[in-house]
Order: sequence, then C-alpha cells, then structure tokens
Amino acid sequence: MSDALSKERLIWMFTQMSRIREFEERVKRTFEEHPGVMRGHTHLADGAEASIVGSVAALRPDDHLLTTYRCHGYPIVLGSDPKALMAEIYGRETGICKGYGGSMHLTDVERGFLGTSGIVGQGIPHATGAAWAAQIRGKGQVVLSFFGDGASKQGAFHESLNIASLWKLPIVFVMENNSYNVYTRVEQEDANAAAGEPLAVKAKAYSMPGETVDGGDPVAVHEVVSAAVGRARSGEGPTLVESRVYRLSAHGNIIAPPGVPLHFPEHEAITIFGNAEEYEAALRGDPVPRFRGRLVTDGALSADEADAIAEAARNEMDAAVAFGLESPFPAPEKAVNYVYA
Amino acid sequence: MARELPYIAAIGEAVHQEMERDESVLYFGQNLATNDEDPFLKAFGSDRVRVTPISETAEIGMAIGAAFAGYRPVVQLYMAEFMLVAMDQVVNEAPRFHYMTGGQVKVPIVLQAGYGFTAGWAGQHTGSIYGMFLGVPGLKVAVPATPADAKGLMTASIRDDNPVVFFHHYLLTLEHGDVPEGEHVVPLGEAAIVREGSDVTIVAIGWMLGKALAAAEQLAGEGVQAEVIDPRTLAPLDTATILQSVEKTGRLVVVDQSTRHGSAAAVIAAEVASDGFSSLKAPVQLVTALDATVPYSEPMEAYLLPDEAKIVDAVQQAVGATVAA
Repeated sequence: MSDALSKERLIWMFTQMSRIREFEERVKRTFEEHPGVMRGHTHLADGAEASIVGSVAALRPDDHLLTTYRCHGYPIVLGSDPKALMAEIYGRETGICKGYGGSMHLTDVERGFLGTSGIVGQGIPHATGAAWAAQIRGKGQVVLSFFGDGASKQGAFHESLNIASLWKLPIVFVMENNSYNVYTRVEQEDANAAAGEPLAVKAKAYSMPGETVDGGDPVAVHEVVSAAVGRARSGEGPTLVESRVYRLSAHGNIIAPPGVPLHFPEHEAITIFGNAEEYEAALRGDPVPRFRGRLVTDGALSADEADAIAEAARNEMDAAVAFGLESPFPAPEKAVNYVYA
Repeated sequence: MARELPYIAAIGEAVHQEMERDESVLYFGQNLATNDEDPFLKAFGSDRVRVTPISETAEIGMAIGAAFAGYRPVVQLYMAEFMLVAMDQVVNEAPRFHYMTGGQVKVPIVLQAGYGFTAGWAGQHTGSIYGMFLGVPGLKVAVPATPADAKGLMTASIRDDNPVVFFHHYLLTLEHGDVPEGEHVVPLGEAAIVREGSDVTIVAIGWMLGKALAAAEQLAGEGVQAEVIDPRTLAPLDTATILQSVEKTGRLVVVDQSTRHGSAAAVIAAEVASDGFSSLKAPVQLVTALDATVPYSEPMEAYLLPDEAKIVDAVQQAVGATVAA
C-alpha cells in the first residue's frame, strides 16, 4: 500500500469507484427496466473505475480535464450531482447540459470538466489548448486528457502530443487502453501492439515520458498520474500514461433503428472473438471487488464498512434514477437556444 | 480619421489592436512569428503569439480548448483549404460545444483563412469554399470585400463569443482603401448597400463586389440603375436588407466566385424565392463559377470565373425578363 495515501483517501477512492459502478449499472439497467428512456448510444465506464479515480485524485480543484464520450465516471468523482448526470442521460431539462448533450457530452465547467467530444481523438487537441491556456495563466494548473487506445491512431493525437512536448505544456495524456477499438482488437490496428510493445512507446516519438500502469489498481494509477501531474505542474512538460483497463461492458448499447428495443449486448470478447475465457478472467480481476478486498485485508476498511459504502452508493444512484425519471423534458422550442452564444 | 491601407494590413491592424485591448486574445499559426523581429511577437510576447507545426487539427482544436479555458484565439491558417484537413474541428467541434453543453462553454475563436487565389494556383489552393460552412449552425462566416470592412469585421470576429471563419480574399491582399484608425467595428450580420439603384439588386460576395460595381457603372450608361449589396457576412446572413432591396427593385442577380451548387448564391436565391417571391418580376440570376475544379492555365481559369461581362449579361436578362402576372 502506498505511503502517500492516507486511509481516508483510500476509502474515498473506494467510495468513488463504488459510486461510478453503481451509476453505470443503473444506466445499463435502465434499458431493461425503463424501456424507451434511453436513446442513441451510451458507453459505460465499468471496469475503468480504478483508472478514473486514481487519475482524477491526482488533480487539485482548479485543474481541468477533458474526456471521451465514455464520460460518466469523471464528473461523479469531481463532485457533479449524479441526479443531474442521470437526468442528462435521460434527456431531461434538469440534466447537467439541460438535455442538449446527453450521454456522450457530459460537461461540468464549474468543476473543471470542460467538455467532451464524441468524435474519437478530437478532444485531445482541446485538452492541449486548455493546457496552453494554463501555461499562459501561469498559476500551475494542469490538464488531464483522457482518451482510449483507438484514439492514438488519430492525427489529432499525434499532432497534439508533438505540440504539447514542444511547448512543454502542463498536460497529462491518459490513454485508457481497454484492448478494443469498438469491435477491433488492438493488435489488429496498432503497430506497437502488433509488435508486442506497450502503447506507451508512442511517447518516445514526441520526446516525452511514456508509462504503462495497471489501470485496475487505483493506487498504482494515482502514483503514476501524480508523478506526471507533478512534472506538468513544475513546467517539465507532458507525459503519456497508458492505463491498462478492461471494460466490463460491450463498447456501447446496440445501434438500432427506432422500434428495436435497445440493450447492451455481451462483450466483444465473447460475441466477436468467442473468447469467453478472456472475459471471465477480466471479471475475476474486476477492480472494484479487487480494491475492496485489498482494503479489507489491509485493515483499512471492515467488511461492514465496505458494505455500507456500497449500500450508500446504491441509495444515491436509486435517487438519481428516480430524479431522472420524474424530471420534465425540456420545452421543444428550446431546441433553438444556444445556437449562438 | 481614415487613411489608406492595404486590405491585408487592415486585418493585421485589427488583430494587433484587439490584442492590445484584450489580454485574452492569442494569435498563432504556421510560419508566424518565427524571428524576434516579428511585430506581434515584440508587442505581445511568446505566450500569446506562437508558431505552430503544420498541424491544422491541433491548431484549431487547441484554439477551441484555449477558448474553453477563457481565451480568444485567432488562428492564422493562410489558405482556406488547409481547414479541410481539420474539418471535424471546424464543423463538428467548435460550433457544437456551446449548444451541447447547454451554454456552459463558449468558443470565441477566429479562423483566418485566405481564399479564391485564382492567379494560377490551380486546383487545390483557389477554392471559394465559404459555402460549405453555411449549413453549420453556430458558426459565423465573414467575407470582407474592402480594407475597411476587413478591419471592422476582424475586430467584430475577435470580440464575438462564437467561432468565426474569417475568409479574406487573396486577390484583394494589396488592394488599398480608406480604413478608420483606432477602433473600428463592423457588426457581423449586417450587409452594406454599396451602391443604390432602383432597377435590379446585385448581391456580390467578396472579390465579386468590385466586379459588380464595375458592371453597375457600365449598366448605368445603358440606363439601368443597379443596387449593389455586399452581404459582408454569410452567417448570419442579413436577408432583411436583401429582401428590402428586392422589394424595391423586383429583380435579383447574385454574384459568387464559388461553384453554383451548394453555394452562398444558391442560399441567397432560395431565401428570396421563399420570402420575397411576390416582389420578384423576373427569375433570380446566379452568376457563379462554372462547376469544375479551377484549372492552372490562365484562359481556362478566366473562362470558369464570373466577370464583369457575365454580370452585365445576367442583369440584362433579369431586366429584360418579366414574370407573367
């Protein structure tokens, strides 16, 4: 166990991981329990909780972060109200973006969560620009840029890392490598992966440090991201962190025309690659029970206390679902608001 | 006080003055401020003025991110076509965020892009591509035709809280004209009636304005009084000014250097056909480039483009035609 993290901080991390898991399970269950409430395409962060919490825990309140469309977890850790997040995903007026954005575009500027592009890789230059702003402002702010392994094949990734390193921008690029870009395995589309190398080697091309970390371990992620944040804050420039995670749900709910009930299919390891063993191994390594077991074994938390945290998260997310379902839809004519600022 | 300045210098003056006025204005792009004598670099320092690699996606994307964080970046893109390699950032990122976040963020960026360089630049550096940005809610599009408007529209673009694509015409670069000193703002979304007339309305975009004015002079000699309108911004489009003019003249000719289909000219014609139909005494005439890639060789290049004679011909057709009651 890391010396740097107090018992309270570790329990806080477990609490945040539990809250994300509960939130994502409620989103997923909404497809079954409340047919018609979910629209479009939704992507879940279950399996990435440790990586999200370990990373966000390295920030201070005036730092910024930008993420991908798999974006439900981060604002939960930042303190955004899960009711407003769920209401947004349900398309309600009380949503955090008033129903204009939905699942793929959660944003909470007050808490430093500046925006979410739904297009793979395209948020990376936004984060890099925010880091330029932080550098100009000169108050030691740092930006975290979250994206997936698939995004690292986009020009936006390469252009941004080059400039960030060239300008020594205060940014940490956190690549959540879940081994799949939608239905394609990383070895099928990434030269480094095909060569048996970690994706963090991409950092070498831009003369910045590249680190690979077990994204199922929030303490390990926190240690690596904190060091990178420290470098960024002290003016030493960016770091690429490859956080190895396993998403426990499919890429997203099925893509279907109206009339077909939406649902989450099984994970691609099973449906596309027929590799149930891989998926079962991932379930055995599920970071939430894994961290819980570690805290209980180490005596940081009793089993009863851990149960109480899980129970509180369940109650909190029950309330979020209820709030979302009870909330009104926006007035249709509001669709033409916010076209121009 | 006004004094003569070239069009391109008027744009630079606007950027410089706005950077003096507002610390949050940034200026960056390729091959910009690469030595210490650069006047922007000397005045504002390397935090706010930076040269970038050839990375349009990152340049425009970073402008968006810096805008999220409270800055007002101006991206010097040189050629408008270079935006096409970063189309996602221009079309599907910058204008979407204010809306998608329910108003939580603003994206006050200016994309400075030269266009229409029909002087032997052949197929890929000559496009008048503003039309493809008109179907993008949230994006503003400025197309100054004079040095004074170039300064005034750039000032307004920098102060605007929305993403603005500022299209300056390469063939106007060294055109001189009176430009007000000091603060000069031309509001986005206000057309200018450049020449008054009662017989026909000519709406001319960018470089076409000079050709339309020359055509109007020639037509005046034939007894046809043309009203010439410069829309100055295409988004938002000042349809009210155009409709009022057509109400008076009953005839409309739209002159646009772009190819016809999907052009700003087609949009303007549709607006008038839709909302000003009862005013029209003749079919709307579109004078646009022919639907082809711009060729390298000079006679072929000239053949494709609108010119004074084509405008005169279109006006004569409009004036000669009469719609049956």
